[in-house]
Amino acid sequence: MSQTYTIHIDGVAIQALPGQKLIEAADAAGIYIPRLCHKRGLEPFGACRLCTVLVNGRPGTACTTPVADGMVVENDIESLREFRKQIIEMLFVEGNHFCMFCEMSGNCELQAMAYRFGITAPRYPYIWPHREIDASHPDILIDRNRCILCGRCVRASRDIDGKHVYDFVGRGAHKQIAVNAAARLADTNADVTDEALNVCPVGALLKKRTAFQVPIGRRLYDLKPIGSEIESDGSTRID
Amino acid sequence: MARKKPRLATTSLAGCFGCHMSLLDIDDRILQVAELVDFDKSPIDDFKEFTGRCAIGLVEGGCCNEENVEVLRDFRKHCDILVSIGDCATMGGIPALRNMVPLQECLDEAYLNGPSVYNPSGKVPDDEEVPLMLDKVYPAHEVVKIDYHLPGCPPPADTLFAALVALLGNEPVELPYQLIKYD
Repeated sequence: MSQTYTIHIDGVAIQALPGQKLIEAADAAGIYIPRLCHKRGLEPFGACRLCTVLVNGRPGTACTTPVADGMVVENDIESLREFRKQIIEMLFVEGNHFCMFCEMSGNCELQAMAYRFGITAPRYPYIWPHREIDASHPDILIDRNRCILCGRCVRASRDIDGKHVYDFVGRGAHKQIAVNAAARLADTNADVTDEALNVCPVGALLKKRTAFQVPIGRRLYDLKPIGSEIESDGSTRID
Repeated sequence: MARKKPRLATTSLAGCFGCHMSLLDIDDRILQVAELVDFDKSPIDDFKEFTGRCAIGLVEGGCCNEENVEVLRDFRKHCDILVSIGDCATMGGIPALRNMVPLQECLDEAYLNGPSVYNPSGKVPDDEEVPLMLDKVYPAHEVVKIDYHLPGCPPPADTLFAALVALLGNEPVELPYQLIKYD
């Protein structure tokens, strides 16, 4: 390794490599920065704003900010925790999230994030938007009620599957996931083996006939908060 | 006679009584709860009206009609601490599935057009004894101020017990990770 940077996150000195994004360097050091739209292996997107940190005192998304030597980052501080809670609560009221019968419950990153932040109910009024479901494909279901517009499926389909099946249409409150066909997912070249189906953080893009196979108590986030897998696995801290 | 115990009221609005079942699911710890509180208005002792001031009110279910709103406001008036229990109270729950469909369409489907409907009168029930339906199903905190929320469908018995004991002991309600669940 010819060159490493030293950056400080909440007072902890960690190593970072030139070209890394801040969130990658933090992950490697076992420091969890909450995120929903970012996923390892996908192009950084900066959509959900959950990973917003203070970089040298200025807010920036950790998933898109490149590391620089001597950076001073604030992450787990009260003002940002509050800000993140508000984002999560807004996501809950902007969609129609019925956790009690959702196939992804227990494995859902949005739900897990709310658990991690100890949210018991959102402070904002529910919007109850009308959202379309696309069940036309024999093996895949799109339920836009649950979509949080993270763009993971867009990026995975485009960059990994090489298909570009999904993309956004509309603006603001009307923005939604659309498919690369005149109307239905069944008319695209989407396939059940697409990586795009494995990256959805919520229950918006699902493989049919695979639901409820893991019993309650053994699901991903039943016992341990989201992020604990990163917090227990860091090695690039400088003591 | 021991000193006067604080009073606990419970109700199920637009809910399924599942949260009350979960409350019973604390098993023999219900005896500890009985040591700590007297039940006031509640389906558990079948008191129909409040007999006085209550320390805690547990609200299951959101508001889908005007009667729910009236009961909920009555609970707010009589209870020092009002707690939403369950997903219906905290987010509308299953009844709120109708919130994405206009009310008239819901009524038409239920009483006129549904595939299994037998309704020779061709009318939607409109007896004045039947509470007027609201345009949407509202979580409890969109109708009155709610002090604590215990989500879950239903909230685990351990969650209800832990919260009750904390509230009755004037302790902060700080639930461990495993006890806050939305399903």
